[in-house]
Amino acid sequence: MNTKIKDNSFYIYINYFFIVLFTIMIIIPLTNVVTSSFAGSRALSEGNFILLPSEWSLDNYRAVLHDTSIWTAFLVSAAKTVLGVVTHVFFCSMVAYGLSKRYLRCRKLYTVMGIITLFFSGGMIPTYLLMKDLHLLNNFWVYIIPQLFSYYDVIILMNFFRQLPDSLEEAAIIDGAGAWRILLTIVMPLSKPALATIALFNGVYQWNDFMTAKLYITTKRALYPLQMKLYEIIVQQQAAAMNSVGSFVVQTTSKGIQLATIVVTTVPILVIYPMLQKHFVSGMMLGSIKE
Amino acid sequence: MKEKKGGTLPVKSFTKDFISQLPFQSMVIPGIVFMIIFCYVPIYGLSIAFKNYTVVDTFSSAKWVGFHNFVIVAKDKYFWQAIVNTLGISFLKLLIGFPAPIVFAIMIYELSDGRFKRIVQTISYLPHFLSWIVLGGMLIKWFSATGFINNILMRLNLIDKPVNFLLNAGAYWWIASLSDVWKEAGWGTVLYLATMAGIDPTYYEAAKIDGAGRMRQIFSITLPLMRNIISLNFILTVSGLLHSNLDQAMVLMNSQNQAKSEVIDSYVYRMGLTQGDFSYATAVGLGVSIVSVILLYSANKVTNKVNEESVF
Repeated sequence: MNTKIKDNSFYIYINYFFIVLFTIMIIIPLTNVVTSSFAGSRALSEGNFILLPSEWSLDNYRAVLHDTSIWTAFLVSAAKTVLGVVTHVFFCSMVAYGLSKRYLRCRKLYTVMGIITLFFSGGMIPTYLLMKDLHLLNNFWVYIIPQLFSYYDVIILMNFFRQLPDSLEEAAIIDGAGAWRILLTIVMPLSKPALATIALFNGVYQWNDFMTAKLYITTKRALYPLQMKLYEIIVQQQAAAMNSVGSFVVQTTSKGIQLATIVVTTVPILVIYPMLQKHFVSGMMLGSIKE
Repeated sequence: MKEKKGGTLPVKSFTKDFISQLPFQSMVIPGIVFMIIFCYVPIYGLSIAFKNYTVVDTFSSAKWVGFHNFVIVAKDKYFWQAIVNTLGISFLKLLIGFPAPIVFAIMIYELSDGRFKRIVQTISYLPHFLSWIVLGGMLIKWFSATGFINNILMRLNLIDKPVNFLLNAGAYWWIASLSDVWKEAGWGTVLYLATMAGIDPTYYEAAKIDGAGRMRQIFSITLPLMRNIISLNFILTVSGLLHSNLDQAMVLMNSQNQAKSEVIDSYVYRMGLTQGDFSYATAVGLGVSIVSVILLYSANKVTNKVNEESVF
């Protein structure tokens, strides 16, 4: 790979130039949001800066910290992410381990049923009506139960489990271990890389998901996750700005709160993403092998 | 448990076999039950598109009305508006967002391995992990009258006074499609980069000996060898032309730009959940899904043909 890059030319500089340009196009807007969230209200209302505001202040964050509904939303998000990921990974591993046995009776039927779910779905309205019938509306479990299973993840895990050496399982059978014990004490611990990538993608989904709350949490606002809370703040602020409701000061303050909430919502992702980037990329590969 | 290596043993009775496999069956069956409840019941629920479903009904008790709902949908001008918006945004995305990751991946591939390359990758993958609500909030800030985009345009003397771009319906398709490209182009390079890493470096060496320049190598080696993955992505993109980005529409839509920002999914949401017309909204969703399947099938056919021909 390196040999083809050695010949120095005009072309390489052009390439570097555009790469740097693209990278800047990503960094500057993101930095703008972060610095704006630390800007004082005057700098925010004038908006005459790109990266560094003329006036710094922590007022926006103070307002966010004092808003208990944002704290509640943060806890709901954390709870749904942790609980959702653990149950999803466990449930999918369980099904995948059973399906990984080629001699399993009815296996054909099971896989056909699974594959159909990859291509067809009932869509928004029938799913909503089902959740209503199951009494999952305005219920914390609506974040967890419908997310337990994904046939896509089952395929990934099933392929991974099949690559594990048979000898380990055979040894465990001789020692008298049953299928459940083998799954929990041998197969799952040996499959950490696959479990980790599925957990990561599912975790990002759970943290970023807002539509579940928008659709199914209709009255109990205490169950709003952070993304839904942020959505609410954004919509309110937009409406106020358009109809010029409230004084100028109020508008600027709510804009500041919105920016600070955006940063608070994103921080968990920003913290874990660079550390786990490798797993995300390898997970992308794991998923694409199937295609 | 004895028939572990399956297939070679004589066929035993079904029940006996099933019972001996009970531990494994007990792992799979919860998954099957899950699929029946959460996937197949809603698929059956699609039948309400042909019925007159009211709040007191169940999926099966609602009165059958045939294609009545579809006829109304076809006459609904807001439905067609949503179709036009979805297609408009999707086409802009296809035009810019489809080639962007390919070009970007080639550019990254040309960098020598090292810290710079790693930093570029880390930064360009990052927007993919932001939620649309977060990005929507950011876009509202950037495009607002006091946002940095107005600031730059004012400094360059391109505009006289600040414009709130999101209140300007004419700009919406561009904002929607370009923000999607901004978010996903970097992450889209992952698969292409992996494919390029698999290309045998001796091809490039041979080409260089033959006097092929950088551009020539890209067009004669890199791109032809990526043809399969590119056509696969193309099929997926084309079949997704009618898929709208609901999260994006929900957060960026406002009363000023609604005529240009209402997409199919947001229309289904509004008709079904806000106005409570479940049968009508299901008919819209089902109709669009059927057209999507046809698109997938035709895109697959077309790419197969093109690929076959270009082989010779």
